[in-house]
Amino acid sequence: MNVLNSEMAVAPRAQVAAPHATHTFKLLLKREFWEHKGGFFWAPLVAGGIFLLLSLMGIGVGEMAARKVASDAEINIDGGSFKISGLNLGQLTEKMTGEELRQVGSAIDLSLLMSASWPLMVLAFVVFFYCLGSLYDDRKDRSVLFWKSLPLSDSATVLSKVASAAVLAPVLAITAGVLTMFGFLLISSGIVLLHGGNPLTLLWGPASPLKVAGYLIASIPVYALWAMPTIGWLMLCSSWAKSKPFLWAIMIPVFAGIFVTWFDLMQLFNMETVWFWKNIVARGLLSVAPGSWFDVATFAPLQGDGPAAVTSALTLRTMYSVLLTPQLWIGVVAGAAMIAGSIRLRRWRDEG
Amino acid sequence: MNVATHAVHETAAATGTGTVVNARNLRKAYKNKLALDNTTFDIPAGRIVGLIGPNGAGKTTALKAMLGLIPFEGDLTVLGRDPRTERDELMRDVCFIADVAVLPRWIRVREAIEFVAGVHPRFDRARCERFLANTQLKPQMRVRELSKGMIVQLHLALVMAIDAKLLVLDEPTLGLDILYRKQFYQRLLEDYFDEEKTIVITTHQVEEIEHILTDVMFIRDGKIVLHNDMDTLGDRFTEVLVDNDKADEARALKPLDERSLPFGKTVMLFDGVPSDRLAALGETRTPGLADLFVATMKGTYA
Repeated sequence: MNVLNSEMAVAPRAQVAAPHATHTFKLLLKREFWEHKGGFFWAPLVAGGIFLLLSLMGIGVGEMAARKVASDAEINIDGGSFKISGLNLGQLTEKMTGEELRQVGSAIDLSLLMSASWPLMVLAFVVFFYCLGSLYDDRKDRSVLFWKSLPLSDSATVLSKVASAAVLAPVLAITAGVLTMFGFLLISSGIVLLHGGNPLTLLWGPASPLKVAGYLIASIPVYALWAMPTIGWLMLCSSWAKSKPFLWAIMIPVFAGIFVTWFDLMQLFNMETVWFWKNIVARGLLSVAPGSWFDVATFAPLQGDGPAAVTSALTLRTMYSVLLTPQLWIGVVAGAAMIAGSIRLRRWRDEG
Repeated sequence: MNVATHAVHETAAATGTGTVVNARNLRKAYKNKLALDNTTFDIPAGRIVGLIGPNGAGKTTALKAMLGLIPFEGDLTVLGRDPRTERDELMRDVCFIADVAVLPRWIRVREAIEFVAGVHPRFDRARCERFLANTQLKPQMRVRELSKGMIVQLHLALVMAIDAKLLVLDEPTLGLDILYRKQFYQRLLEDYFDEEKTIVITTHQVEEIEHILTDVMFIRDGKIVLHNDMDTLGDRFTEVLVDNDKADEARALKPLDERSLPFGKTVMLFDGVPSDRLAALGETRTPGLADLFVATMKGTYA
């Protein structure tokens, strides 16, 4: 009946290479990076770039205005206003006292932190939508069947996505943030130079960019742990929803909140309705925003006033106090449970 | 499934003989339909098996069960492992092309190769690159820029570079033009298949795979209605061009199917009737797989 069969039966065994070592998890992370390079890598950099561009434009406009006014310009720096005649910054630093320098330094640190916050705001959106799509997009375009044709366990796949959201994305965004910060410092130095000031004594001396950078980097573990309930919830929706994971992910907690509010259910536990919104709804949806943990941090009594008071609150001690709160760890446990649920759904969901 | 059978299957798989897939009483119900209904079959090693059935007959469900993609009832071992509980280990020796164009659209050719090389211990990168050298695919191309035929070329190159014991192909050439289809099966035969590999294919294009199959399984309503090797299929089934005056005599032999031709002749298909008896009724010939399929599935959509 067929001719080819006889030939096939004697086909020689093809030469094959011996099994080689694999780097599954590394490759899984790499895959997430390849697919989401735009969100993980470019978006924070672009946000930082836009901030720098806007700063430059703002400074340009300011310079033009200052030229017109010529003398007696007034510059507002976070509450304190300085009258600068002819904008000679060199004279300004000479006259400043130690306390004033400290305030200037803190004010600069705050503006540095603000410049670094642009990429971090982008991070919140990137991680949110990444998690929502992480276990849904490949089911939608059926490429999940390609991934599943390879020797990859579903736990490794899902955990690589968790690691991408909780570690890879923040590391890249914070790197972009630190770069933006130094870019901003360079631009400011240029302006100071332009006005006859010494950037070393006026900016780099009083400010502490390395401390701010270190603070941002040190926030990565807190971010990763704090974001777990949101990452878990979004990924659970992503692996479960047959369509529109975004709507499900938002609607379920929000309607639960409305339900609880309507019937005043929290009274059963002698708690305010607000508790539910804050600890369930917001925690499940908004914890991927960097710094959203500040609410539960323990602040040391504020020292001094002005910008210095604010920076004195931004210590590692304050940030890591979050690691001692039940809110963080209960969130981690809830997140882990939802991630385990996502793995199970990923394993058995029938793609039709 | 007990431990002893496991051991037997594992040795069988290791030596490249024996059964690769062993299915007993598989059952899988979707909302209002039984996709697998006491399905029982064995697939021996070193074969190319065509799993053929009409739409909704349970082909894809059977394949998904074998690949551990869905829960189901019944006993099933693939290469000695239960795909439900040992899927991760199983996938080192099993590979599949689930449907056309399921490669992720964002991936680049070189990324796809790097990924599979990094996660699959039996992937031979040089082999894959050799396959791709004969195509128009370039390393920096993204899947979304490729035509359907090129995507299948890439997928096939990736899969053929994996030294898997069982390859499952579900409608691999759907939507491809005839050049790509021919090339697909030719590559598979020339560069991939050998006596230690087993291939299971489902397709609707019966005529095209007929000559490469060693075995054929017909599935209908979740049941295997025919399972035969291709060599003896010709001995078993005969098509006879019966003159009208001998029609009643022929019908007494219970043909599987008959269809009238113009000029007063009828074509009848017989299963297991000795050929010398049939020769008396009229001109005989070996039926094609497609004719056999049509006869077996008669009334499916009625």
